[in-house]
Amino acid sequence: MTAHMKHDQPDERNVLDHMAQGIIGKSLDRPEGLLKVSGTATYAAEYVIDGCLEGVIVTSTCARGKVTSIDKQSVMSMPGVVDVINEPRMIARPAQGTANEAPEHKVGEIHYWGQPVALVVAETIEQARDAAKNLVIEYAPALAEFNPEDVVPEPQPDGTNEGDLNQAMEGADQCVDLTFTTEGHASAAMEPHAAIAQWDGKMLTVHASLQMLNYNIAELADALKLKQSQIRLISRYVGGGFGSKLGISEEVVAASVAAMVLDRPVRVVMSRQQVFQTIMRRSETRQRVRLSAKADGTFTGIGHEAVVSNLPGEEFAEPVTQSTDFLYAGDNRIMQIAVARIHRMTAGSVRAPGEAVGMPALEAAIDELAEKLGIDPIELRLRNLPDKHPVEGTPYSSRKLAECLTQGAKSFGWKKGKRTPRSRREGEWWIGTGVASAARVHNVGEAKARVTLRDDGTALVETDMTDIGTGTYAILGQIAGEMLGLNPDAVDVQLGDTKHPRGPGSGGSWGAASIGSAVFLACEAIRKELAGRAKVKAEKLTLKDGQIGTGKFSLPLTELIGGKSISVIGHYEPGAVEKNFVASGYGAFFAEVAVNHWTGETRVRRMTGAFGFGRVLNAKTARSQCIGGMVWCIGSALTEALHFDPNDGHLVNCDLAEYHVPVHRDIPDLDVIMVEERDPVASLIQAKGIGELGMCGGAGAIANAIYNACGARMHAFPMTPDKVLSAMPD
Amino acid sequence: MPIVINSLEYQLPADPRVSLLDFIRDHTGLPGTKKGCDHGQCGACTVILDGVRINSCLTLAVMHDNCDVITIEGIGSAEQPSALQQAFVKHDGFQCGYCTPGQICSATAMLAEIAEGWPSDATQDIGTRPSLSDEEIRERMSGNLCRCGAYPNIVAAIREVADAGQ
Repeated sequence: MTAHMKHDQPDERNVLDHMAQGIIGKSLDRPEGLLKVSGTATYAAEYVIDGCLEGVIVTSTCARGKVTSIDKQSVMSMPGVVDVINEPRMIARPAQGTANEAPEHKVGEIHYWGQPVALVVAETIEQARDAAKNLVIEYAPALAEFNPEDVVPEPQPDGTNEGDLNQAMEGADQCVDLTFTTEGHASAAMEPHAAIAQWDGKMLTVHASLQMLNYNIAELADALKLKQSQIRLISRYVGGGFGSKLGISEEVVAASVAAMVLDRPVRVVMSRQQVFQTIMRRSETRQRVRLSAKADGTFTGIGHEAVVSNLPGEEFAEPVTQSTDFLYAGDNRIMQIAVARIHRMTAGSVRAPGEAVGMPALEAAIDELAEKLGIDPIELRLRNLPDKHPVEGTPYSSRKLAECLTQGAKSFGWKKGKRTPRSRREGEWWIGTGVASAARVHNVGEAKARVTLRDDGTALVETDMTDIGTGTYAILGQIAGEMLGLNPDAVDVQLGDTKHPRGPGSGGSWGAASIGSAVFLACEAIRKELAGRAKVKAEKLTLKDGQIGTGKFSLPLTELIGGKSISVIGHYEPGAVEKNFVASGYGAFFAEVAVNHWTGETRVRRMTGAFGFGRVLNAKTARSQCIGGMVWCIGSALTEALHFDPNDGHLVNCDLAEYHVPVHRDIPDLDVIMVEERDPVASLIQAKGIGELGMCGGAGAIANAIYNACGARMHAFPMTPDKVLSAMPD
Repeated sequence: MPIVINSLEYQLPADPRVSLLDFIRDHTGLPGTKKGCDHGQCGACTVILDGVRINSCLTLAVMHDNCDVITIEGIGSAEQPSALQQAFVKHDGFQCGYCTPGQICSATAMLAEIAEGWPSDATQDIGTRPSLSDEEIRERMSGNLCRCGAYPNIVAAIREVADAGQ
């Protein structure tokens, strides 16, 4: 049985609020927690498969050109070497998120430094690694552009141009016209990309570290020219994704091709350096932000234009202006993105594509405008929240931005009034505070999940949806438990296997809302079936702790099931509400920093984030998502930057020693406030996305705090000591 | 001589290139120890070798004959977790879970180092016993990266166990 719903109307029933179990939203431990802390959760590379060969990818040492020869004989006589594979089914780039088709295949045509060109397969990893280093490859290099500043960018077709921003700027009481730069980012998930492929002549089984199996199976099928029914993908535990595992990447296809060619299982694990060099980067950006305002703070114009980069032929363009589009008022508007075509590795989704870099720039510009106007920066934002989409006129679904700003300010201890830089000093350190708004568009995707209420009164939830650390195992158990009156312990959640119904995958913060709605629909249908068996209306049912109550009688659920388990596939489909409303998560960041007067070093001393993202499904895992996002704010604000060699285009800092993600000592206590709301448009469970919201703007709050501390106006992220020092007044 | 891992003896590999990490993960059926970078940069492979925490990716298995190694599996199981493992679950000291075994091995040894009076960069006066301040914990755990950003929860978990042990 299938329970299908297309989300064409807002769902204001808030059904989960009327259930009896009382577990939805509660701060419960992750059900898989003990497996993770004991090292017994099994990640992609850790399945033990007899006779498994080891493959090591060999990558290009030039950034553009052709492979003219691969001398297989240079390694075939080395101990343990089985084969060198470079065939047309392999892929040269990772697939973009939701691509649903194979990416570029031509591994012999080089478009970026570090592009996979071959796979060396041997009996052991040591043998394969050694042979990969000794494989003789010749290239015919070609000239290439590596630097986005050196090429004329191509404007994207879907910009906004309303009114006359130039005129608004000229007529404004106050305005700012600022240029910001952000450097490229790496997802740097802790688990390197890995795959083990097995081929039995008909069926390909791949254990892989992937975020979106429902798309990945189509991408892999397309790459290998197999039917989807010939492929099974398994990703039960994924050691972080952050965008880098949205689409299939080179090791998945290389392992699959090798397994099919050699008729033996093959494991391919990327090195950390290869992950940096061949998987998605977030594009660097150059952004022009213009704001014009009347003396009372009312915005008359808002401009946000960005130049980003990508490889030739890639459609993805970092959507820098995505939330600027609807966040603040202003009749005269320009939003435009242009793409510089250069030969660095594929640019794609890294956590919160667009807002992660666009929001900090916008929010830093607002701080400068607030100073010019002499208006408190929180007050300035509050005065510019439109009633509806500033251009399209569509209503907002739910928006707690004002509440986040005010509640966050209260919790943080934001003092309104004059915000003069260099007001506070402790020894060598200038102390200051800053604020920024958070916004991240809300998305949903089509989702299916099977829920079975079993004979023994327990429930089983099955979907190929993944849990990449986001808490899917926990929240699906809570949704099903709430609906069916079961303790979460009595709900078995099985994820990450394409033998199950297709979920939406984890990406774009849409997982919980989408798959949660599918589980919800299945459970609603099960309740209806139970009501039918009990001969009462579904609304009359009370399900709690494995007991069923009808108002007239109460009995154990197992008696009503009576050996006839109930299995329903919930099928959620996005609908008309997507077009009829603007749906987004909102929030506010507050940061206190210390900036060293002599070295320019910035330390974040405390940070508060207040977020409104619809229903909270599990307060513990939701908070963890928020603090995770805030840690990324600190990283992108202060340390994270990809550096490319301007001469040959190679990524210079391709490991965790040189690409600086935050470490324990960089992170103070983080205060998270979750502003509860119900969003009837966001999903059938009234929940919005949360995984990315926590990093959408926080780097701006840190920039504003640096200015308030030491008087350095920062326009280049990350705000490393050299930049802060040179911007600091004497 | 064999190597002892979690009280069991294993014969060392014939290939001298096998890192201690790869030996543990691929030769002993103990994949709980994770490979995050293979270059001693992330701490995911932290194990306790003869009582001291090390990055097992930075050393070769054959160098450790007759050594005693404790991995995450030796610290506790899902059925019988250690106090730290339980505290990590309670405080949600992880998300994806991949850095977690390294964090827990590292924290287990780190608490012993503080108890023995080892100073750190965060120690105000190296002539005195280091305190169990959050700053000490953060400094001493900074070799263990967590990209999910669970740091405040990890510190809370360690603090709870440290405070209970004092």
